[in-house]
Amino acid sequence: MVVKRTVVGAHYGLSGWLAQRITAVVMMLYTLLLLAVFAARRDPMDYASWKALFAQGWMRVATLMFAVSLAWHAWIGLRDILMDYARPDSLRLALQVLSILVLAAYLGWAVQILWR
Amino acid sequence: MSSAAAKRTRPKYLSLTALLFEIRMPPPAWVSGFHRISGFLLFLPFAAWLLYLLDTSLASQQGFDHVRAYLALPVAKLGLLVFVWAYLHHFFAGFRFLLIDLNLGVDLPQARYSAYAVFAASILLTLFIGWRIWW
Repeated sequence: MVVKRTVVGAHYGLSGWLAQRITAVVMMLYTLLLLAVFAARRDPMDYASWKALFAQGWMRVATLMFAVSLAWHAWIGLRDILMDYARPDSLRLALQVLSILVLAAYLGWAVQILWR
Repeated sequence: MSSAAAKRTRPKYLSLTALLFEIRMPPPAWVSGFHRISGFLLFLPFAAWLLYLLDTSLASQQGFDHVRAYLALPVAKLGLLVFVWAYLHHFFAGFRFLLIDLNLGVDLPQARYSAYAVFAASILLTLFIGWRIWW
């Protein structure tokens, strides 16, 4: 008897691929936003206007979106690099855990800077 | 049966020297390789460095002045320039990959052309920004 089976994976490959693209677009938009903010300025940036820029709600939220996208995007990229080069598996697992911890620390630091 | 000499060369493993000097990689392969290298550099050390600079510059007037003086140092400018190159290369190469995902520029001539365009855009813009940083 022939059993008809649909071969499917866990889909984490596809979701990672898609997440990497979406987070890339978010970071591209933030980059353009930042360029526009600087291009709109006539005089050089001083402390008061630098602080005022990051005191605005939309700037904080946009920067947070960037930071979250960066952490997610970097995790997928690092995972790909480690899957290709890190041997043996124990070393790869250790480096993957380390990568996640570093990215989590970055994210926590970014939140701390934005909402001080 | 194949000759012993031919057999000895199989299998052939790709070493770094082979990649650099024996095999002529096509331009899209170089874009891809540098996309990886620049991506890693942005994760470490540049993300940490920029977080430190943002943290210090927003903390106080003294911190802001400190960052301004620090970024005037030649070694900091050099670091900034490497960051700018890594960001631009990653940005343009990533944009190229997004276009390819949309089936734009998949054919070999266009893929080669866009690979050259990525290098040209990122290197020229880095030189331009470097010129603006130094003078």
